[in-house]
Amino acid sequence: MSDQIPTTTSAINLGATMTADAAAVRVRGVNKQFQTATGIVHALENIDLTVQSGEFVSLIGPSGCGKSTLMRLIADLDDPTSGELTVFGKTATQARLDQDYGIAFQQAGLLPWRSVAANVALPLELHGVASATRRTRVAELLDMVGLTEFADRFPDQLSGGMQQRVAIARSLAEQPRLLLMDEPFGALDEMTREKMQTDLVRIAADTGAAVVFVTHSIPEAVFLSDRVVVMSPRPGRISQIVEMRLDAADGREERDDDLREASSFFEMVTEVREALHGGADHSTGDGAATARGVDTR
Amino acid sequence: MTATHNDKHGEVAVRPASSPGALANPARARLLGGFGWGIAGVLFIALIWEGYKFFGPDNGVLIGELRVLPRTTDLAMPHLWDMMVRLAEPVTRADGALPLWAVVALAALTTLGIAAAGWAVGVIVGIAFALLMQRWRLAEFGLLPWIVISQTVPLIAFAPVVKSWGSRVEIGSFEWQDWMSVALIASYLAFFPITVGALKGLQSPDRIHVELFETYASGYWPTLLRLRLPASVPYLLPALRLGAANAVIGAVVAEVSTGLQGGIGRLLIQFAGQASGDPSKAWGPIFGAIVLGLVAAGSVALLGVILKDYRRTEEAA
Repeated sequence: MSDQIPTTTSAINLGATMTADAAAVRVRGVNKQFQTATGIVHALENIDLTVQSGEFVSLIGPSGCGKSTLMRLIADLDDPTSGELTVFGKTATQARLDQDYGIAFQQAGLLPWRSVAANVALPLELHGVASATRRTRVAELLDMVGLTEFADRFPDQLSGGMQQRVAIARSLAEQPRLLLMDEPFGALDEMTREKMQTDLVRIAADTGAAVVFVTHSIPEAVFLSDRVVVMSPRPGRISQIVEMRLDAADGREERDDDLREASSFFEMVTEVREALHGGADHSTGDGAATARGVDTR
Repeated sequence: MTATHNDKHGEVAVRPASSPGALANPARARLLGGFGWGIAGVLFIALIWEGYKFFGPDNGVLIGELRVLPRTTDLAMPHLWDMMVRLAEPVTRADGALPLWAVVALAALTTLGIAAAGWAVGVIVGIAFALLMQRWRLAEFGLLPWIVISQTVPLIAFAPVVKSWGSRVEIGSFEWQDWMSVALIASYLAFFPITVGALKGLQSPDRIHVELFETYASGYWPTLLRLRLPASVPYLLPALRLGAANAVIGAVVAEVSTGLQGGIGRLLIQFAGQASGDPSKAWGPIFGAIVLGLVAAGSVALLGVILKDYRRTEEAA
């Protein structure tokens, strides 16, 4: 935390957070409607969700279920139409201004004219961190994602998986207590993807950050999460929240590739899949159609 | 699977990038190829010129009363070698007269200086307009049509007006010089492509990048400095080159229409007046103007070399 500039607002809010609310994210009765040319679209309806500090929560559901929208509301990139949303006990806007979260998108979103190191340093630079501190921190982060020797390369010289790892390093730059990830591994091949998942589990455990992770993939959600939030579309709702009871669940950092072959893993995959189909049946009565867009790999 | 995981850095599949030897050769080949085509183009035009002069009728090609191709007499179309020889000869028969090429070069340098001043003003004004229009949509709606209309006013019409206004400007020890009128007119032509290019560039960052900066709670100026300006470079460079070419044209035309001495515009008119007695001489300043344009555009290309990192794209290997 010594890297961050202690602004007065964050200091005050931090105090309030500790006493009032330990939850990283608290969502109460949130609705989100979009005005489109064809009328009002209910992107989210009556969402209730609490993410505890240090908890890993995945949002899963077919296309159009509002999982990305929910993440954007938490990130304060959109405003809810109604309902209450707090991040560490503050409004989402205040949390964004205080830099309480780090974010990674489906695309890496690196600045092409900046080297790998300069991309990771971007948030630190914007927030006035001294250049010596910046250098040490960037070196640490690149080491964490295994890209130390690529520090001077430019994004167009990296593979998609490496770019995504740079983006993850960047999202961790300011040691956020909350990490928001919108399908960060969606564009990667299966091998890279599994490696990144294992890395992410380790990184999340190391940093103790809470993670809200949007994904299409059931195995990915099961492998990573403490809880999987299953959502259904039109209107976007939470249809079920599945607790992950994996053998290694009490120590998330213990999760490795053996887990992918464990029977408890497959039980959980089945449970989430049934929740997805059940939730779909519940809202439209057409299980086959609503499972579209869900990746069952 | 274990094999891949043993490798701490995952896929080391990096594009075989930037080993100096591998890069230099294709680059040099491309450069040489460019020169080759350039020379071929010049030779082609020379061939057409001399070919038409040789085969074409003396009186040109006429359809009815209308002459569609020029006369081929030495007066209308001097031989290319005559033009070259003339360049090396003294400009007048007076003692100690400089050779024609030196006179042309001096005039071209004068015009280049004026055009550069005009270009600089055009860059400042153009980028200022673009910043204004990027910041406020309303400014874009309000300003852009006027900026487009401004370019439809013929230069010849307002060059004398600018000159006569300028002659009345006198602030303290500062006195408006005639060359400043010419530079102002050059900037009037130069700012337009720069405004359009800079605006497009400033608006070019992807939504994902804009939102990333939003999540960093980054204000207008830091976002401008670290995102919008760097992202605008690929759009700005061609705009700056167009602006440079426009500034040269503007300067030459304005020299002619304000009657400024010393530049290549004046030389064009003066030597064209002597063409009946010395047809090859009139071509000296024309070549000078061509070289002038090439130098101006080339200088901006150098800028592109300096800013090459900003022309990268995000694409993965």
